[in-house]
Amino acid sequence: MLYEISSTTLVEWSRWQFAMTAIYHYMFVPLTLGLSFLLAVMETMWVRTGKEEWLHATKFWMKLFAINFAIGIATGLILEFQFGSNWSNYSWFVGDIFGAPLAIEGLFAFFLEATFFAVMFLGWNKVSKKFHLFSTWMVFLGANISALWILVANAWMQNPVGTEFNPLTARNEMDNFWEVLFSPTAMNKFFHTVTSAYTLSACFVVGVSAWFILKKRNLEFARKSILLGSVFGILSILATIFTGDTSAQDVTHTQPMKLAAMEGLNEGGNGVGLTVIGFLAEDPSLPSTRMKTTRYGIAIPKLLSFMSYRDPDAYVPGIQNILDGYTSYEGITYPSIEQRMANGNKAIEALTSYKQAIQEQNQEKADSSLQILKENYGDIGYGYLESPYDAIPPVPLVFYSFRIMVGLGMLFVALFILSWWYAKKRKFEKFRFIPYLAIACIPLAYIASQCGWIVAEVGRQPWIVQNLMPVNVAITRIASGWVVTTFWMFAILFTVLLIAEIGIMVAQIKKGPKMG
Amino acid sequence: MSLYILQHYWWILISILGGALVFLLFVQGGQSMLYTLGKTKEERDLIVNSLGHKWELTFTTLVVFGGAFFASFPLFYATSFGGAYVVWMLILFCFVFQAVSFEYRSKPRNFLGSRTYEVFLMINGYAGPLLLGAAVATFFTGSPFRLSPLHQVEWLTPWRGLDALFVFTNYLLAFAVFFLARTMACLYFITNLEDDNLQIRCRKQLWYNTIPFLITFLLFLAFILTGDGYGILQNGSVGAVPYKYFYNLLEMPVNTLLFILGVIAVLFGIFKTLARPQWKKGIWFAAPGTILTVLALFILAGFNNTAFYPSYTDPASSLTIYNASSSEYTLKAMSYVSLIIPFIILYIWYVWRAMTRKPMSIQEIKDTEHKY
Ligand code: HDD
Ligand code: HEM
Ligand code: HEM
Repeated sequence: MLYEISSTTLVEWSRWQFAMTAIYHYMFVPLTLGLSFLLAVMETMWVRTGKEEWLHATKFWMKLFAINFAIGIATGLILEFQFGSNWSNYSWFVGDIFGAPLAIEGLFAFFLEATFFAVMFLGWNKVSKKFHLFSTWMVFLGANISALWILVANAWMQNPVGTEFNPLTARNEMDNFWEVLFSPTAMNKFFHTVTSAYTLSACFVVGVSAWFILKKRNLEFARKSILLGSVFGILSILATIFTGDTSAQDVTHTQPMKLAAMEGLNEGGNGVGLTVIGFLAEDPSLPSTRMKTTRYGIAIPKLLSFMSYRDPDAYVPGIQNILDGYTSYEGITYPSIEQRMANGNKAIEALTSYKQAIQEQNQEKADSSLQILKENYGDIGYGYLESPYDAIPPVPLVFYSFRIMVGLGMLFVALFILSWWYAKKRKFEKFRFIPYLAIACIPLAYIASQCGWIVAEVGRQPWIVQNLMPVNVAITRIASGWVVTTFWMFAILFTVLLIAEIGIMVAQIKKGPKMG
Repeated sequence: MSLYILQHYWWILISILGGALVFLLFVQGGQSMLYTLGKTKEERDLIVNSLGHKWELTFTTLVVFGGAFFASFPLFYATSFGGAYVVWMLILFCFVFQAVSFEYRSKPRNFLGSRTYEVFLMINGYAGPLLLGAAVATFFTGSPFRLSPLHQVEWLTPWRGLDALFVFTNYLLAFAVFFLARTMACLYFITNLEDDNLQIRCRKQLWYNTIPFLITFLLFLAFILTGDGYGILQNGSVGAVPYKYFYNLLEMPVNTLLFILGVIAVLFGIFKTLARPQWKKGIWFAAPGTILTVLALFILAGFNNTAFYPSYTDPASSLTIYNASSSEYTLKAMSYVSLIIPFIILYIWYVWRAMTRKPMSIQEIKDTEHKY
């Protein structure tokens, strides 16, 4: 073995720490992405029309934005350094590719945000109206560009393109920047993530405004905000659904195991149906406890095949097919996982003997090892698996999360249409059900977003870099006690700060906008 | 552009970022003096708001410093952050405090009470510069690690970075950075605040912090220049080299000149301020001076075949800008990206000027609705 596989406790704690900090970070990110856009629109309306109410609305939402922004930054810092601190083997193995987007994000986006945020928030009386508006747009732009780069980095881990392995340095090196940037996975991820963030922000604006309606306060302000929020919401959710669909197609090509887990599909075939809902149950007749049977499932015939390949009879592999080896719809034949494990082991051995050969200056041996390495490199990660069943992610978590996300997406379509219609007709107050629904949708939007990340991240286990590196060789070797300690430090600190954030947010909402 | 040039180019960029970071730590320096300078609530509000205009820049520079190091020298990123785990985690931890404290301090229903957020700011103000200073000192004094053939880091003590506390020299730089941050904060307040009491106190504090800064900094210099360093030996491996940093001074005269210029600019900014009670421009000399000095120190640590992240337990594992860098392709791609840096500096400069055209006063803080 080249890398030592670290103890399970250490792996588990490192994963929990990353997952916890990422989840905390993503509680604040989507609102920053979407609300900054609405702020810019509202302020533009003010500059265009000169109506004071737009100014008050801008300032009200801006206050909430700032409260959210501060904690978003606090949690992001930890994530950035965690790649080095907790995933140091990973950081060397792919740092040549992965570091670049992170640095570009910092250079391009964070400076944009940081600089213009100060003007946006504190510069009302210090700079001209026009320059202030410009700054607000720059904050929006900065936040969204930063999302692009971090998602490019994440997408590369799901679908490592534009890269070549350098056996001398034993790491992956970038050989095509544009391929990394414009990989379909990256584009799908970016558009799905930002549009879903806009959806969440729209839910937030509509929900908070609905509360004013229920309290019979600031009615004109609330109605305006609902109209703006629901139009923005309808557009966003439609885009979210569209990009969600293209994301699923991308997953079909790049991560068939994730797709099978999302669907709880053990046996695939031609013309596979889509399970709308169902329950996963243990089934002793299955070869591994990682696989589950779907019970009480309601399926739409042939839909999965159609959604994956736009062909109702297309072949979609299930978990068992992937384990056994299969030929995909495009006609590519994939060997069994066991075979891929053997290939992976060959690649690892070839790398070792290549290193030896270089040291011994044995050119012949070096060439032949290199040849074997190249042939098997695509499966090198499988060499670290202990059993083929290790290649299966936690199916129920992925399966249920996916259904929650999609289900809530449908609910939001209804929410935005209803709230738009009733706000337009000024009947919001009468159908009290709608404001309640709108308020309920605030937490639901957060749940949908987190579920999305669980699908994307848990669904790709055991890989940190698809097919090339499993999580258990990616981590820093360290006494697990340190990781446990820092886990709890961050968990407690973030929780305290979250409570503070919510308290302040609620207090500011109750204060309401300045009456014009 | 050859790989060799790219590696040097990126080390210079990292060094400039490091220099900017050290200068921008004036925000931390100011936080640490919150109660020393601010005797009344109004004065503390003024101080927090004055720093509140700038803290984001420091924070972002720290983030970019990390990101740029990852992209250009990933082996350092993996070795140092993964190896000296505890120290970096403490640094991050105390920066999390900072990010929320400005925003939440004066908000109603802030759960912990304003005082707590002020304590958070103080913790960040003390711990941030001290820990960062100690971490950077290990660029000269070394750390106990070994790298496997596949570059897996193995830390040879259980202390995971806290071992830096066992080396006296590290304390010197830690305190030098800390007192420098406070010195800079005084200079910043002197231009930025319109308040007679605070002006007087800042000038007094300027004395109190300049002296220990000079003592610790000069001692640090004396220690590293007279001690051993780590460099690439004739046979290509890394080992201890007597008086390495002293030779670097002699062998890189341009850098030495930069260093001297930087130090002079810092001293000029400080002492002219002390000598002329009406003169408020000290920061405009001390800031570029600091950046130049730190740049020169980083170059001393990284150029001329020096190991910038030495291992004193296994010198052969030490990191140099050659063995720790990204591939030529990546460095080149990133170099194109770096062409926008002047543009970024320009708009930061423009915004900074626009926002601080007029000094801040207690009255102004009372009159604004958005405040920290
Ligand atoms: C889709 C968007 C998105 C995603 C998936 C992430 N982030 Fe993030 N991040 C943002 C979108 C964002 C943002 C919207 O730009 C933030 C959130 C709040 C804020 O102020 O900026 C931010 C802030 C933020 C900061 C503070 C920047 C500053 O000083 O202004 C850092 C260091 C990171 N992030 C790093 C990360 C890392 C290392 C991530 C992955 C592991 C990550 N973020 C996931
Ligand atoms: C901000 C939104 C994100 C959330 C909520 C999130 C959530 C998660 C979760 C729940 C896991 C744990 C999976 C498991 O261990 O079973 C995980 C793993 C991981 N994610 Fe993400 N993720 C996010 C974004 C990202 C991004 C943008 C990146 C990379 C740039 C990333 C990199 C990783 C890595 C390296 C792991 C592996 C560590 C592990 O297995 O725990 N994540 N993430
Ligand atoms: C309604 C139809 C939707 C579909 C078909 C859909 C589909 C998907 C798929 C397939 C993924 C996984 C992508 C991958 O692993 O690379 C995903 C991820 C995600 N989803 Fe959705 N989604 C929908 C709605 C939503 C909604 C309503 C939200 C939140 C408001 C949301 C937020 C997310 C997030 C944050 C991710 C993780 C980022 C990413 O991988 O792109 N999605 N979605």
